[in-house]
Amino acid sequence: MMQQAKTLTNRAKLMPRKPLTFSERIYLPAIFKGMGITLSHLFRKKATISYPDKVRPMSKVFRGLHVLKRDERGAERCTACGLCALACPAEAITMTAAERKPHEKQLYREEKYAAVYEINMLRCIFCGLCEEACPKAAIFLQNDVMAPPSFEREDFIYGKDRLVEPFQKN
Amino acid sequence: MSDLLKVTIDGKSIEVPPGTTIMQAARQLGGKYPPAMCYYEPLKNTGGKCRVCLVKVAQTSEANPRPMPKLVASCITRVEHGMVVENETSPEVLDARNGVVEFLLINHPLDCPVCDQAGECDLQNLSYEHGHEQTRYEEGRREFERIDIGPYVQLHMTRCILCYRCVYAADQLTGQRVHGVLNRGDVSEIGTYIQQSIENEFSGNIIDVCPVGALTDKTYRFKQRVWFSKPFDAHRDCDKCCGKVVLWMKGDAIIRVTARKNEFGEVTDFICNDCRFEHKQASDWSIEGPRDIIPESVIGANKYELPVVSPAVNVDAKFVSE
Repeated sequence: MMQQAKTLTNRAKLMPRKPLTFSERIYLPAIFKGMGITLSHLFRKKATISYPDKVRPMSKVFRGLHVLKRDERGAERCTACGLCALACPAEAITMTAAERKPHEKQLYREEKYAAVYEINMLRCIFCGLCEEACPKAAIFLQNDVMAPPSFEREDFIYGKDRLVEPFQKN
Repeated sequence: MSDLLKVTIDGKSIEVPPGTTIMQAARQLGGKYPPAMCYYEPLKNTGGKCRVCLVKVAQTSEANPRPMPKLVASCITRVEHGMVVENETSPEVLDARNGVVEFLLINHPLDCPVCDQAGECDLQNLSYEHGHEQTRYEEGRREFERIDIGPYVQLHMTRCILCYRCVYAADQLTGQRVHGVLNRGDVSEIGTYIQQSIENEFSGNIIDVCPVGALTDKTYRFKQRVWFSKPFDAHRDCDKCCGKVVLWMKGDAIIRVTARKNEFGEVTDFICNDCRFEHKQASDWSIEGPRDIIPESVIGANKYELPVVSPAVNVDAKFVSE
């Protein structure tokens, strides 16, 4: 016989234990009930998708990989003002500015441009503060692209080669 | 007449010697003093041009208790005994100041993201406090042909607000001035006569004196934003000037050298071009320590660390940070 465990406080309520009924004692109704639940799940909508073939729709406000935009002429909008790097809580952004040469007017919108612009995607928390800070509407977080995984740390430091939007001819 | 004059500014009283201007009295009093774009205490005869320091004189003097009919420029108006001045407490003054800032910004380009002065610009601070978010001006801003004024100083005439500080600085510091304000009225501009270059050995001070980004350091051009570099007091033995400077450092590299400014943003000890432009090695300087910065300043947004100068300094730095 099991000894009643000694209670630490007298707040514990002792519950009367009723004896099992006949249907409970033969277990079969409970087993069929459980099997019925399992069976009903077979006909429900699947929670998973077959991923590479199907892709889930992303939220419109999703903040994914950054992009450095070009203006309508195709010149880079970023002027290396450093406000994104200042706003960045994770200190993921670094840049080096350079002065535009007269023959580069088609490439860069302003007199000054970012010669080097790097975002460390391992540091980045995708908060979107850089996007908010940008006075030139140059940096945006895309809502349909995520930073792809990699085995190398170097692969997560995104330079201008991967950040700047590819040049499109209208 | 040697008695001290009692003047009341925004309800606070101070006694100052005769000849003191309202601006100087307000600065001595502490607290909120009128802003200044053209007035520069270390340079003689500056002031009276930009009109941002307008204040209301509610009582001219003890003998003449009438108010002054118009707002007066505090930087050139001398105090009188029993004068009562309203600065920040008068809505009329604040309204006038907003208007003046709007006028200053009419021709000032919105190129703060490009400008090297951004972060320590008087006009930027002033418009942050008094300016509108939107401009009501529809015409185009002034445009100028780029003038090269020498190897050290970059002139952006579009940013100039014609405060004449650099003209006074060149007159009073260098002896021979080669630049000045050309033309008149709407088309007046700062320039050198027939593209002469500014080469005097104290000419670099016009960079520090400039309240906006019209005159900037060519050796610092687009190197780094102000708030990513850290200011340190330093000195060296210089036979031309006092050699007391502020080094703006990024890591171990000296990006820029400027003169030290007081709490009113004014240089007290002007430095020579040799110190300013030619000594960019940490070994050239003896570093005294990090400079005090106002917490509200954007420079304070940066993480503050001592640079690694020598092993001895490094040990101290660790000790301090712990």
